[in-house]
Amino acid sequence: MKHFSQLISTVEMTNKTNAKIDALAHYFDTAPDTDKLHLITLFTGKRRRRPVRTNLMREWCLEITGYPEWLFQECYSTVGDLGETIALILPQPTHRLDRSLSTWMSEIKSLESMEEEKVESYVKDAWMGLEPQERFIFNKLIGGSFRIGISKKTLVNGLAKHTGRQPAQLMHSLMGQWSPENISFQELVSGEHINYDDSRPYPFCLAYPIDKSVEDLGDADDWQAEYKWDGIRGQVVRRNEKTFIWSRGEELVTPQFPEIIEAFQGVKDDVVIDGEILPLKDGNVLLFNDLQKRLNRKNVTKKLLTEVPVEFYIYDCLEWNGIDIREKPLSFRRQKLQGLVASIQSPVVHMPKLIAFTKWDELHPVRENARSVNSEGLMLKERNSPYHTGRKKGDWWKWKVDPLTIDAVMIYAQRGHGRRSGHYTDYTLAVRDGDNLVTIAKAYSGLTDKEITEVSRFVRQNAIEKFGPVRTVKPELVFEIAFEGIALSRRHKSGVALRFPRIKRWRKDKSAADIDTLESVKQLIYHG
Amino acid sequence: MINSYLKYTDKGIFCIPGKFYLDPWKPVDRAIISHGHADHARPGMKHYLCHHFTTPVIQHRISSDISVVSKAYGEVTDIHGVKVSLHPAGHLIGSSQIRLEYKGEVAVFSGDYKVAPDGLSAPFEPVQCHTFITESTFGLPIYRWEPQEVLFNKIKNWVSQNQAKGYTSIFLGYSLGKAQRIMKLVEGLGQVYVHTAIENVNKAIESAGFPLPDRQIMNIENKTDMEGKIVVAPPALFGSKMIKKIPHGRTAMCSGWMQVRGSRRWRAVDAGFAVSDHADWDGLLGAIKATEASKVFVTHGYQATLAKYLNEKGYEAYELLTGYGEKDEAGVDTENEENKPV
Repeated sequence: MKHFSQLISTVEMTNKTNAKIDALAHYFDTAPDTDKLHLITLFTGKRRRRPVRTNLMREWCLEITGYPEWLFQECYSTVGDLGETIALILPQPTHRLDRSLSTWMSEIKSLESMEEEKVESYVKDAWMGLEPQERFIFNKLIGGSFRIGISKKTLVNGLAKHTGRQPAQLMHSLMGQWSPENISFQELVSGEHINYDDSRPYPFCLAYPIDKSVEDLGDADDWQAEYKWDGIRGQVVRRNEKTFIWSRGEELVTPQFPEIIEAFQGVKDDVVIDGEILPLKDGNVLLFNDLQKRLNRKNVTKKLLTEVPVEFYIYDCLEWNGIDIREKPLSFRRQKLQGLVASIQSPVVHMPKLIAFTKWDELHPVRENARSVNSEGLMLKERNSPYHTGRKKGDWWKWKVDPLTIDAVMIYAQRGHGRRSGHYTDYTLAVRDGDNLVTIAKAYSGLTDKEITEVSRFVRQNAIEKFGPVRTVKPELVFEIAFEGIALSRRHKSGVALRFPRIKRWRKDKSAADIDTLESVKQLIYHG
Repeated sequence: MINSYLKYTDKGIFCIPGKFYLDPWKPVDRAIISHGHADHARPGMKHYLCHHFTTPVIQHRISSDISVVSKAYGEVTDIHGVKVSLHPAGHLIGSSQIRLEYKGEVAVFSGDYKVAPDGLSAPFEPVQCHTFITESTFGLPIYRWEPQEVLFNKIKNWVSQNQAKGYTSIFLGYSLGKAQRIMKLVEGLGQVYVHTAIENVNKAIESAGFPLPDRQIMNIENKTDMEGKIVVAPPALFGSKMIKKIPHGRTAMCSGWMQVRGSRRWRAVDAGFAVSDHADWDGLLGAIKATEASKVFVTHGYQATLAKYLNEKGYEAYELLTGYGEKDEAGVDTENEENKPV
């Protein structure tokens, strides 16, 4: 596990993507093939059920150390990670275990079917045979997921550096269906498995927010405009009369959207379609909050299907009759779609009309009123553009509506996770309602590290009460929060729900007396 | 009351018969100072008493014309019937525990301390007492330091990896204490350049007759001289233009807080070494036990946690809220505050 431990140490310390890629390439250059496969599984694989319950691990750790439960809890709340806490408080190792990553991973997998006593002695033996950093990794392997700042893209780039292959092709290979038991490292990187894989998706083409005025994009005739929707970007893959739905997070979400699968039932040709899964009721787009109810569920009940019905808005065509047409112009690709939509004849699948315009001027009011149809703004695409791999600047632009803003005061603070685990980064904000303060939103982003350090110090010095990891603080710090939309909500105490709230800036010039009232916030629903 | 003659006040811990304070955080007439860090040695006292090696440091930091009396370790001074002596605390050069004896009752004020020897400061000596006033900066069992030689090897490996690639190894450590410790750790690994803020402290220490390892003063005008070498700078300079100008710089933060991943990653440095000038969890418990004290007062750090744990272990322990470990206006210069997880 030495190579792996070294890799983790390097990667977790740097925030330079190139340094991470180099460290990964170095790992692939030096580690045995089976370990490489397991490493890829670890950073791309789906979460497994953990073979050892966390409370057992905590219990065993207390047995070894003899510390009282409350002291463990105190440590845990400082470290913010259970596996790391255990790794740090256990005594010095008594022996030295040196096994490869793949051995550890397959041993851990086999724990699932073992009796508890055997699991206990296996885990305790491993703990006492590893250094703290290796222990931490071992605990993370048991947990089955590793979040240390290696994105799929970084992984692919590291792999590309090692193999000399194209990142896009490697992305394909990794996204397909395989497991370390039925493929070799060479087969995986050369993509031998993906030809047989009906579900193979393409990497999504992503747009940047526009960084200039639209007038600077050139001739309006060369561009198409459509509404931007805040649903889930989805790729429908239909091959050999089987349908798969991939999310932008490159996960298969097929079982979660049976109505879309049904709609594609009759399609005979092999096609791959890019679009947006949106919650709609009676022709109106619902809020993203509603769509969230449909996500990450094992079973989609009938009740849920009627409560939050979804539709698929088609944007683009990547494969037509089994042929990759991503290099063809957008206008050509959209032509293909028109025939397809006509043949599908399902109320669930739409191809939204483009917004007609001849001069850029005409688009400004459309964008400004986008919120009235629950849209986030506009998408501008060059009519001749290919379907790029990943984020490319120039052909596709997001042109979002300016966010709404209010001033609110911080009333609770909670520690963050990962690299932010040592600071208060998650804030609950309130507005005034008569003489009371009422929670309006939670915000997790928008401040610089320096500001977070400053806020953390304030929280430490001004905490009123402790509820587990949450601190109640004196309502003094005022933040301007920005959000994309607002709607009435029965689930929220304030009666309103904000969409994607984040901190725009810290209003040091304002005091709690200057914040918005619930009344003024509700006005935004009608005049927003 | 802490014992029959020590009283906790809003200015600091006061010795009633001796009429002096221990590391007071507000101006008083007479102050006995454990060590030169800004949260323990504050300006505004009429008279100071401290160790020989601490005197030039506080003169440099506070003012050259303060009234100060210097003492050696073990030297006993009688102040109004209270026997006062200083004993090595191992925290940094000149750092002292303060032992007080009055009518046969002994109390020891630890200041900041570290039990493992570092090859630089006089090693910590346990002093038997009835009442022990201990710090608790790293008073959680997650903080347990690796032995000095393991740490040294890690640092050495990092430096030689950097040297092999032509990178400059930049260490960040507080100018008083940590910087000298780093200089000692990297001695012989390559030419060392130190920032002027550190060199000023170095000179103060050397003026008291304590020689420090060879080094040169960093001069950003001649930045290419530093390429591939070793640089030691105060942590406040992290991310500054000056540090960014150093060619092919790789930065390491040296602090006990680096023990926790979240803190290491927060700083986004290239390496984090858990090098601390404070006792770790085992060190605190061992030191407390060695004093054979029955009554323990726990100051700055995880005071509530450590006091509670000591009570469960059969000590009579209390937490004591002090002004130590707080940031002073001039900025952070100790390990107490900066980088600490909340």
